[in-house]
Amino acid sequence: MAEPLLEIKDLAVQFDTDEGVVHAVNGVSLKIEESETVAIVGESGSGKSVTMLSTLKLIPQPPGRIVAGSANFFGRDLLNMESSEINQVRGSQIGMIFQDPLSSLNPVLSIGKQLTESMVLHLKVSQEEAEHRSAELLEMVGIPNAKDRLKDYPHQFSGGMRQRVMIAIALSCNPQILIADEPTTALDVTIQAQFVELVKRLREELGLAIIWITHDLGIVANLAKRVVVMYGGLFVEEAPVKELYANPRHPYTIGLLKSLPRLDAKEHHRLLSIDGIPPVLYETPKSCPFAPRCEYAVERCRNENPPLETIAPNHKIACWVNVDTGEER
Amino acid sequence: MTEEILLKVENLKMHFPILAGVFRRQVGAVKAVDGVSFNIHRGETLGLVGESGCGKSTTGRAILQLYEPTAGSVYFGDVDLAALRGEQMRRLRSEIQMIFQDAYSSLNPRMAIGEIIKEPMAIFKTATGKEADDRVDYLLEVVGLSKKYRDRFPHEFSGGQRQRIGIARALALNPKLIVLDEPISALDVSVQAQVINLLEDLQEQFGLTYLFIAHDLSVVRHISDRVAVMYLGRFAELTDKYSLYDRPLHPYTQGLLSAVPIPDPVVEETRQRIILEGDVPSPANPPSGCNFRTRFPIADTFCAEEQPEWREVLPGHFVACHATDPSKIDKNAVWQEKYEKEVVA
Repeated sequence: MAEPLLEIKDLAVQFDTDEGVVHAVNGVSLKIEESETVAIVGESGSGKSVTMLSTLKLIPQPPGRIVAGSANFFGRDLLNMESSEINQVRGSQIGMIFQDPLSSLNPVLSIGKQLTESMVLHLKVSQEEAEHRSAELLEMVGIPNAKDRLKDYPHQFSGGMRQRVMIAIALSCNPQILIADEPTTALDVTIQAQFVELVKRLREELGLAIIWITHDLGIVANLAKRVVVMYGGLFVEEAPVKELYANPRHPYTIGLLKSLPRLDAKEHHRLLSIDGIPPVLYETPKSCPFAPRCEYAVERCRNENPPLETIAPNHKIACWVNVDTGEER
Repeated sequence: MTEEILLKVENLKMHFPILAGVFRRQVGAVKAVDGVSFNIHRGETLGLVGESGCGKSTTGRAILQLYEPTAGSVYFGDVDLAALRGEQMRRLRSEIQMIFQDAYSSLNPRMAIGEIIKEPMAIFKTATGKEADDRVDYLLEVVGLSKKYRDRFPHEFSGGQRQRIGIARALALNPKLIVLDEPISALDVSVQAQVINLLEDLQEQFGLTYLFIAHDLSVVRHISDRVAVMYLGRFAELTDKYSLYDRPLHPYTQGLLSAVPIPDPVVEETRQRIILEGDVPSPANPPSGCNFRTRFPIADTFCAEEQPEWREVLPGHFVACHATDPSKIDKNAVWQEKYEKEVVA
């Protein structure tokens, strides 16, 4: 297998809050291959966004603290970079889009200005060439009358169009990796479908690797090749997309999938609900963080935190129990 | 579900004026709801689904007379709510309750939750003293909260628990109809199912009737008996939840269904896709004729000229689309062929 594009190892992140130190990410490792789409799925507070934001050193420090780990990108550790170096990486080699495009765009600069800015800075092209390329980018992301719209401001675009502008900016310097943090959560479902189709087309055309952070298991099914499920700042299951949906092995993943109403349901059946709520961790979990909500939990779950282990080719779980037998693996 | 009609909405309109200039003259109107008609039967759940700005929440609020509707009537039993004023309306409010998306902002942060649930009983004088306290305990238990929480304050609860408190308050007066406006949208996935199941249990236990308003079609279809699809202030389609999925007739419903992701990669791989292009137009300046025509790829002059009629094309299946109008049957085949060729990928 080729060298991974990005390799995160044993990342741990904590935040100082008034209530105490929140252990947001508690040792996660992830490899991204070239042109691969990986989805990180989790509920609010599971650590999915913090994992990727920390990798790019985008969390405010303080109150945030990266307490352990490395992120190898082309032979260099992103976590050890000076801010000037990582700025270079963020603007050009790794692109990012966020949930709320309006707050990530500068309201007083035209779209054209915001698009050309990073190209002039990172690609060292002339202003004229950058403008030409900006129009091409807007066209590529499906904005009509691209050339004329360069002088428009963010508020003149609809929510879906703004997200297209964001992706054009993220792609302007030919990144190898696109990190998308809940990019469709604020969009209506028909606009979301347009956007997902766009991302799939761009992925084909540009050979992009994508890390898609979401809480929506529906979108993931249509987009990702590999899925990581997060809970309590840990990866609890990791598998190729079809394997994960057909054969989930972690009780949390099983619960999540069964708690979703399906549009194509042929008859009404009661949803399975997971009792309780997701935890906020004030210390590194010493037992399984899902155990208090888990119907399969055994004595060991409450005493020892299970490591992420391979249970089948490409399929890993962090669970002491075999869900088929209900007994320890 | 019975055949008895509990709520009958006829040609309901809710227009908000657009004021401009020094004299605040009215220069236009946002037609948030522009003529919708439907019935809700006793004991059923009617789902109302649509994208942001389509008027679904406004419809719910106009039914409760939280806004004064511009036109139309809302019959609750045989009383027209739109014609009621003051005390008469206030009396009836105990029978129709509402549950909001943001439970936290609908709960008074300075009141203990026991007091919050008791307040409607005090206002309507349905119970006092020990009787009211017992009812609070009972309601807390019914919504799955311990009665020992009654002296705690809203900020001490999680989002899902707050929604349960809102539900307990709504139940305090034994309402007949509950309007639920995006009741689970702010909750985490694993908690959503808890609240959906609770709502289903309560409906069965108390014989409640629901108007369930949400943007998530999977959730709406799960909980509802019938589903109305709303677009830009009007209903596009209304039918039972099974026909809605198996046999959607309006092109907007078809596009919406196709846009909703199904959490199954095998299904997703082989699904037919209809991608609706463009954005929803502004309700202040809706298109002429059929309001969906700007996103209907094969719309013709006919769609621009005439507003399609809201008609029952199959028993219980209502649609507003020229392409399903039997009097234009000669056009239907042309539309169908063009549609399959150009739209369905």
